[in-house]
Amino acid sequence: MQQGNEQAPLIRLSGVRKVFGGTAAIESLDLAIAPGEFFTFLGPSGSGKTTTLRIIAGFEQPDSGRIELDGQDLSRLPPHRRDVNTVFQDYALFPHLTLLENVAYGLRAKKIPSQEALQRAEQALASVQLGDFGARRPGQLSGGQRQRVALARAIVNRPRVLLLDEPLGALDLKLRHQMQVELKALQQQTGITFIYVTHDQDEALTMSDRIAVFNHGRVEQVASPWTLYEQPQTAFVAGFVGITNIIEHHGARFALRPEKIRLLSPDARPEGQEAIPATVKAVSYLGMSTRFLLHCADGRTLTVVEQNIAHRAEAPRLTQGSAVLAAWSAEAPWPLAA
Amino acid sequence: MRFDLARTLLWASVVAILAFLFVPVAIIMVYAFSASNIQGWPIQSFTLQWFARTFADDEVRSALWLSIEVAVVATALAMLMGLLAALAVYRIRGAASEAIAFAIVLPIALPGILTGMALNSYFVLWGINLSFTTIVIGHATFCTVIVYNNVIARLRRLPPSWAEASADLGAGPWRTFRLITLPMLSSALGAGALLAFALSFDEVIVTTFTAGAQTTLPLWIFGAIRLGQHLPEVNVVVCVVILLTIVPVLLAQRLMGRAALLHK
Repeated sequence: MQQGNEQAPLIRLSGVRKVFGGTAAIESLDLAIAPGEFFTFLGPSGSGKTTTLRIIAGFEQPDSGRIELDGQDLSRLPPHRRDVNTVFQDYALFPHLTLLENVAYGLRAKKIPSQEALQRAEQALASVQLGDFGARRPGQLSGGQRQRVALARAIVNRPRVLLLDEPLGALDLKLRHQMQVELKALQQQTGITFIYVTHDQDEALTMSDRIAVFNHGRVEQVASPWTLYEQPQTAFVAGFVGITNIIEHHGARFALRPEKIRLLSPDARPEGQEAIPATVKAVSYLGMSTRFLLHCADGRTLTVVEQNIAHRAEAPRLTQGSAVLAAWSAEAPWPLAA
Repeated sequence: MRFDLARTLLWASVVAILAFLFVPVAIIMVYAFSASNIQGWPIQSFTLQWFARTFADDEVRSALWLSIEVAVVATALAMLMGLLAALAVYRIRGAASEAIAFAIVLPIALPGILTGMALNSYFVLWGINLSFTTIVIGHATFCTVIVYNNVIARLRRLPPSWAEASADLGAGPWRTFRLITLPMLSSALGAGALLAFALSFDEVIVTTFTAGAQTTLPLWIFGAIRLGQHLPEVNVVVCVVILLTIVPVLLAQRLMGRAALLHK
C-alpha cells in the first residue's frame, strides 16, 4: 500500500485554503492519502503542515475546499464526530484523571459500557508497557511515558486515521529513535492510517510510506522517501531533505548529493565522469563520515561527504588546502524544476 | 556571612510594614481577653468572660447569623455569575471582549459608596423594600468580580489542547465542560468563592445603603463603636470576624498554590 493513487483514497483534501490574519497559511491544497499509509507532512515551522493536520481533525475550519474521509465530506462535522484521533505535541493528557481514566475517556464518550472500556484501556496501557501504571496521574510520569499514554489513549479508539503532531519533539534523541521504530511497528500491526507531522527529515525518511513536503503553505512534492531524496523536484525539497549541492549547467539547475561526489588525486583522469579541480577549504570529521567543503576552480563551492571505511586509524588523506579532483558520474546530478 | 546593608534594610522594611499592618489588629485581639472593660495598658488580668457574654448576646448572634447567610447566598450567586461571565468573555474575541471584561470588573474599582448609593436609589425607584435580598444583591456585585477574576485567569492559563483533546476523543461540548473544563477550573472557582465570602462577610459601605432594618455583624460593630457601647464585646466580635475572613483567604491561597503545581 505504498502508492496512494491506485485505490480510492481514505483521506482526500481538495482545494483546501486557510487564511490567518490576511496571510495564507495554506494555499489551495490537494492531497490524497491511501488506507493503511504512513503519510508524513514534512516542512519547516510555519509551512502549513500543522494547520493542515488541525483542519483534518476539525480544530480549524478551512476558508474553502473539501475534506473527505472515505468519500464522506467532513467539512461540516465538529471534531467530536470525526472518526480520527490526534496525538498532540504537548500530549494534552488530562492531569486530574488517572492514566486508566485518560485512556478510557474516548471509549466512555462513545457510550461503551464502563466495564468494557476499562478493560480495553488496560490492554492499551499494557501494549505501551505501562500496564502497572493505570492508577497514576500524568504528573507522575516522564516525558517518554506521557508520550506512550497519549498514543494509547488515541489508538484504543481504533480510529480510521491517527493524526500525530510532532509527537516525538519533546523527547531526547535516543528515545526518539526508539519510538520511531515502535511507532512504525504499531502502525503496521494495527493497519491504521497514520498522518504524521514533523520538521525532522530523518524522522520522515525513517518511518514514512510517502511524504508531502510543505513550504510556505504549499506542497512542493509528494513522494516516497527514496524518490524525495534521489529525485527531488524543487531546490527547496532537495535542500530540506538531506544536504545537497545545487549546480547549474547550461541554464538548468541540478541537485547533486554530497555522497555522490568522489575525491580523486588532482592528476587523475577518470573516464566517463564529470570532473573539476578543487581545493579543500574545510574538513569536518563526523565519526561515520567526513564532510569536506571544496572551493572549485570555476569559483563554485561543493559539499562532499566520504564514508570513513578505513579499518585502521590512518593519517587523514586530505587536509585543509589539499588539491583534489572532484568527480561524479554523469547521471548523478538530478534536474530540478525551473 | 558578611554584613549586607541592602539585605538588612530590606528585612527591616518588611518587619516595619508587617508591624504597621498587624499591630493594631493584634492589640484588639489582646483586648478581647482583658478583664477590664476600659481599654488601656498595661493589661491587669485576663479573662474569657467577654466571649461568654458576647455569645449570649442575642443581637450579636442574630447579626453574626445574618452575615453568614448573606455571605453564603451572595457567594453562591457570585460563583454562578462569575463562572458564566468568565466563560463568555473567554470565548468572545476582539474589541468587544475587552470592553465587556472592563465592564465586569468595574464594580470592584468603583468606590463602594457609589455602588451603595446607586443600588439604593434603584431600589427606591422601583419601590423595592430594603431587605435580606437587597443586601445579597449589593454584595453579589463585587463578589461576582472576585470569582470572575479568578476563573478567567485560570481559563487563560489552560492550554487549549485539553479541550481539543476531549473533543478529539469524541466528547461533545457539554461533556467536555463537565469532565474537563469544570474540574480544571474548580480550584480557581473555590478560591474565588472563599475570597468572595471573606469580602462579603466584613462589608460595611454597600451594606449600609442596601440594608433595611437588618444588622449584619460589621454594621453592629460600626454602630457599637459609634455609640461607645459594648466595647469589650466589639473586641470579641472583631476576633471572630478576623477568624472568619482569614481562614477562607488562607484556604483560597492554598487552593491556588496547589492548583498551580497541578497545572505545571
